[in-house]
Amino acid sequence: MALDRWIALVILAVSLMYGYTAFFMMDAGLPPFMRFNPIWPSTFPKIIAVGAAITSLVILLGFEKKPADADEGEIDFSRLGDYNIGQAVFLLVLMVAYALLLRPAGFLLSTLLFLVVAAALLGERRFYILVPVAAAAAGGVWYLVQQTLGIYLSPLPTFLS
Amino acid sequence: MLDGIWVGLSTAFSFSNLLMVIGGCLIGTFIGMLPGLGPMSIIAIMIPVAISIGDPSAALILLAGVYYGAIFGGSTSSILINAPGVASTVATSFDGYPLTRQGKAGKALTVAAISSFAGGSIGAILLMIFAPALASVALLFHSAEYFALMVVGLSAIAAFAGSGQVGKALLMTLVGLMMATVGEGALFNQPRFTMGILDLQSGFGFITLAMAMFALPEALFLVLDPSRSNSGGSSGDIKDLRITKEEAKKITPVIGRQSIQGFLIGVLPGAGATIASFLGYAVERNIAPKEEQKEFGKGSVKGLAAPEAANNAACTGSFVPLLTLGIPGSGTTAILLGALIALNVSPGPRLMVDQPEIFWSVIISMYVGNVILLILNLPLIPYIAKVLAVPRNFLIPFILFFTLMGAYIGQNNATELLMLVGFGVCATLLRFANYPLAPLLIGFILGSMLEDNFSRSMQLYDGIGFILERPMTMGLLVLAVVLVVLPLIRARRVRKQELQAAESD
Repeated sequence: MALDRWIALVILAVSLMYGYTAFFMMDAGLPPFMRFNPIWPSTFPKIIAVGAAITSLVILLGFEKKPADADEGEIDFSRLGDYNIGQAVFLLVLMVAYALLLRPAGFLLSTLLFLVVAAALLGERRFYILVPVAAAAAGGVWYLVQQTLGIYLSPLPTFLS
Repeated sequence: MLDGIWVGLSTAFSFSNLLMVIGGCLIGTFIGMLPGLGPMSIIAIMIPVAISIGDPSAALILLAGVYYGAIFGGSTSSILINAPGVASTVATSFDGYPLTRQGKAGKALTVAAISSFAGGSIGAILLMIFAPALASVALLFHSAEYFALMVVGLSAIAAFAGSGQVGKALLMTLVGLMMATVGEGALFNQPRFTMGILDLQSGFGFITLAMAMFALPEALFLVLDPSRSNSGGSSGDIKDLRITKEEAKKITPVIGRQSIQGFLIGVLPGAGATIASFLGYAVERNIAPKEEQKEFGKGSVKGLAAPEAANNAACTGSFVPLLTLGIPGSGTTAILLGALIALNVSPGPRLMVDQPEIFWSVIISMYVGNVILLILNLPLIPYIAKVLAVPRNFLIPFILFFTLMGAYIGQNNATELLMLVGFGVCATLLRFANYPLAPLLIGFILGSMLEDNFSRSMQLYDGIGFILERPMTMGLLVLAVVLVVLPLIRARRVRKQELQAAESD
């Protein structure tokens, strides 16, 4: 089964769960006076759930033929081995680490680390350029966002501030 | 009217006011480039500055400059790194980013600047002439029609986005609508589908989703496939700055049509620039000749010019209800209304009579803002496009950092960043399987408006009867169905013809 039909299966499952919630669970908590309303909080989700379930079935069962002039996918699966999947996964892990570190380590330090580690991972070795650029970017964005625009970003690690 | 225009001209062209426009445009453009800071937030930030000026005309001129600058700045990040920071520039990235990847970033920015300029200027002229008359027409649109209008927009997008695979595009739209229902809606005060997670109470963030759908997969693709970044796009080559005569001929009618259509949509309160840009893109794609239709989504100048012109014209159009009725039609005009009231100006039917100098200087300053923006930005384009000349090892971490920042600034919540990564992975998988992502995002953006208007009309008419009772709603909904069915029939006919041709061989 091709990837797009697997995805359709996943979406079908999600929309069935969504629909189950909309049809059988949401209305239980509805206050009595709202039952006279022509529209309930679950009305619109019910419509979408039915639509999504039908559409994903159509794709899952392969009713939709790929048009002759369709684009080739952007990813060439036969070349999968050539792709830097490891690097991509590592960058994603790095982003998660950034999200988790942002509060405890402060904006300046975590941004500096994120930029330097990400670039180093991609193969950058000129640290004498990289580190100052990353520091300037972290400082610059912090100054712009916090000092000029007044949106609070805690700059320093929690134990220092 | 001529007196008014004259007063407006003389106010707008004083030296200090010209400085205001220039300053506003520059501030707007540069801050607007950061994803996550749209015109609305930038204007909100500038309001204290504007109020401290004291003179309402000068303050409004400054804000108009910031407004236009921010819109152009937002388009820049859509075009260069596929990171639309504002809903109304999402359509810009459909064709703007493919152009960049072909190494035509300079041209794309030029087309965007010129279309924005034309859209804004034509909008300003229409505003001058038709403001009072249009205000009464806009009042004819009720929530039922808004609902139908959005359905038309969604089906138009679904019909074209999937490169022939309408089912997939439709499914993505529905997934987007599903995601829009997460959280606490305005109408029901009841959290829905939050699975007990507190961070989902307010729903998914638009910027988080926009970054996850567009910028993040793009950056990941750049990592996965290094040859991609060398294929013209990131070479920073900007020799192709000029628009050829042929392209100018192509985009002129597009700009003309979309400026008018965008303006008219912008006049409707609540519809605004986002719907105008999507509909503009959809309409232009559907009426383009067949061979040009194939270019849409792969770097068509028409596909770039349409949403840019419509978006800017709609922004101007949204001033009609603000200035003539005192009703702000969009978030941005609502903030402007706040600024106007703080400056002791009350917009409404009497504004044109009581304080003509303000009414006209706002309109003229829009025009001046547009001209200044064009003059400032055309020479800056080569430098802006230089962003792409940054080496890949630096560019990718920075793109990732800006997507993270965009998601973080809006919500100030680190969980948002985790969602960003999660959705980014999903979006990349969807792109692997050739699912179009734009319909998902559009469904998400329009979802809550769609449901609100649907619910309101259901309440007003006590049931689904409004569809039958309001002919305009009915007509729009029929149009929506036709839009979805038509490509299916067309595809079937093509396949049949091919089969016949194969048999006769």
